[in-house]
Amino acid sequence: MINSSKITFISIFRPDERTQRRNAAERRFRAFGLLAVLVSVLALVFLVTSIWTKGSGAFYQTFITVPVTLSAEKLDPKGNGDLDQMKKVTTIGYKKLIAANLLAQLTVHGIDTTNVSDKGIGKMLSSESAATLRNTVIGNPNLIGRTMTFDFLASGRIDGYYKGRVSMASAALDNNVSPAQLLLADELKKKNLLNVNFNWRFLSAPDASELRPEAAGLGVAILGSAYMMLIVLVLALPLGVATSIYLEEFAPKNRWTDVIEVNISNLAAVPSIVFGILGLAVFINIGGLPQSASIVGGLVLTLMTLPTIIISTRASLQAVPPSIRDAALGVGASKMQSVFHHVLPLAMPGIMTGTIIGVARALGETAPLLLIGMVAFVRDFPSSPPSGFFDPASALPVQVYQWTQRADPAFTERASGAIIVLLGFLLVLNTLAIVLRNRFERRW
Amino acid sequence: MKDMVFLERDVEVAKNKISAKGVQVHYDQIHALKDVNVDILDKTVTAFIGPSGCGKSTFLRCFNRMNDTISGCRVVGAIHLDGEDIYDSGVDPVQLRAKVGMVFQKPNPFPKSIYENVAYGPKIHGLTHNKVELDIVVEKSLRRAALWDEVKDRLHAAANGLSGGQQQRLCIARAIATGPEVLLMDEPCSALDPIATAQVEQLIDELRSRYSVVIVTHSMQQAARVSQRTAFFHLGNLVEYGETGHIFTNPSDPRTESYITGRIG
Repeated sequence: MINSSKITFISIFRPDERTQRRNAAERRFRAFGLLAVLVSVLALVFLVTSIWTKGSGAFYQTFITVPVTLSAEKLDPKGNGDLDQMKKVTTIGYKKLIAANLLAQLTVHGIDTTNVSDKGIGKMLSSESAATLRNTVIGNPNLIGRTMTFDFLASGRIDGYYKGRVSMASAALDNNVSPAQLLLADELKKKNLLNVNFNWRFLSAPDASELRPEAAGLGVAILGSAYMMLIVLVLALPLGVATSIYLEEFAPKNRWTDVIEVNISNLAAVPSIVFGILGLAVFINIGGLPQSASIVGGLVLTLMTLPTIIISTRASLQAVPPSIRDAALGVGASKMQSVFHHVLPLAMPGIMTGTIIGVARALGETAPLLLIGMVAFVRDFPSSPPSGFFDPASALPVQVYQWTQRADPAFTERASGAIIVLLGFLLVLNTLAIVLRNRFERRW
Repeated sequence: MKDMVFLERDVEVAKNKISAKGVQVHYDQIHALKDVNVDILDKTVTAFIGPSGCGKSTFLRCFNRMNDTISGCRVVGAIHLDGEDIYDSGVDPVQLRAKVGMVFQKPNPFPKSIYENVAYGPKIHGLTHNKVELDIVVEKSLRRAALWDEVKDRLHAAANGLSGGQQQRLCIARAIATGPEVLLMDEPCSALDPIATAQVEQLIDELRSRYSVVIVTHSMQQAARVSQRTAFFHLGNLVEYGETGHIFTNPSDPRTESYITGRIG
């Protein structure tokens, strides 16, 4: 009992020492929290701006407009329109044709070309242009004899000049481009024959060799990633959800289920490269599946995603209040009916969120794909599923990895551009997860 | 004790609906219910009272084998419903629960529409064959639960939008939609305000004409108001069981008297 006579009056307007210390501690904690948030936001802003400034250039490309006379004597020497004969004209022949036409174009517009050799003029265009033109002509032999205007990709260095990567000074030291060529390009730009346009090819074209960064695109990588995500979704979602439902709702709680539970949690923490080694050993060496194929990548990523899906599904099943289960059992529903009619629909938003986050993680995974040979240089698009799953393909994060390793500085821009695309897909997936969660979340 | 109003008692000598003999319940190491013998009469409201943790809810949950869903729970003894042992290995608890409905402490409607809540039981048990029959069952159940007039215009609205008392009556409608013979109620009014409680209590009294109702309650006043027979549990033992009026006015066991007068609890 407190002796009331000993209590002195304490005003609540003047905080005592203890309260002051407590308040100071709280203020300190808040300041630290704010600081932490600030630092992480700054880091994020720095990351995004650095990637954006480096990578946005990949979406724009320099094109040179050239009218090409597809002369029959050059492209169809025998003159009989036989496709097999026409195929004997290699890209070198086309290259010469384009160079000659570009020179003619320059002359027509009165641009002085004395400082640049004829070969040098041809090198202002990407080597890819000859191949593109050859494919166009062989695809449609009727074009021969006509004059058509093409927008050819400019070479990587000319393109770099307009993106600030190449300067007159650096060109003077460069074997691949000369200042005279850059001046010529400027002349073309003045005549509106050289333009920097949005580059759809970056999203649709396949990868290109070391020497033609301007032609490299993400087409095969996006398709390969899409195939793998499809496989992951189709395999991991039903397997993961079924596993979780069994473990959470039906399995007896004993030592065995405890062991399984611990192992699933551990699997979620296994480094992804280990899954890659496993995939190499099991799917390729023992299973005999082809290398670099999206089916193997998909299977490996499925194994990697399963624990994530199982853990999040179990968490959302546990979050369904037991009163709902009681209610269902109380009116005489069987265990399975109570799970499938009542518990699962309520857990669905959580399951979907977990799945999408798992798939997003799989989309950005690189290490296991390197081990199963998806790092190969793939220029051919995989065919449509299901047979396309067995064709060689690339993947977005692997493409980033590959491009960062190449010598030409134009690939730095490509790699950052690919990161932007990858981040874009991840952003879409995460937004989808949030929308689904908000849309279907039910209160009970 | 002036607020205890006893109902007019007309306990005709009804037949036994449920008879429990030597029921013991263990939760792992805990001996929750010790050798309980009770006969529940048909068309009667039977109240189980007692302090928290005395085993009354556990005992109630034995009647529709809801204890089966709790891991580590063992039930020993015999419980007969209409002379049939409900713990026989040949009994499917799913079928038993259609015959013995249950209403829980907290209103727990499914997060679906009012109609779907009531229709769910008949649907899974195949009690109706078409939409018209189902509509009839839903309406009848809601009428018996005294909820029809309040919800008939919004049958397809979300059940969670109802008030607590309405939700609890919906749960009662859901329980009686499967055509049970026994209705178990586990503290059905503890989450409700006095007005909703009064409505549910009145409903319980009306339900007596068709069902055998067993209700677990913390409120002795409620037991006195709605039940004809009362069982008093203490520390896992059935202390006293008999006519409600008799238990409340003239208890034979000193423990019952202490509880009723508020000395233990």
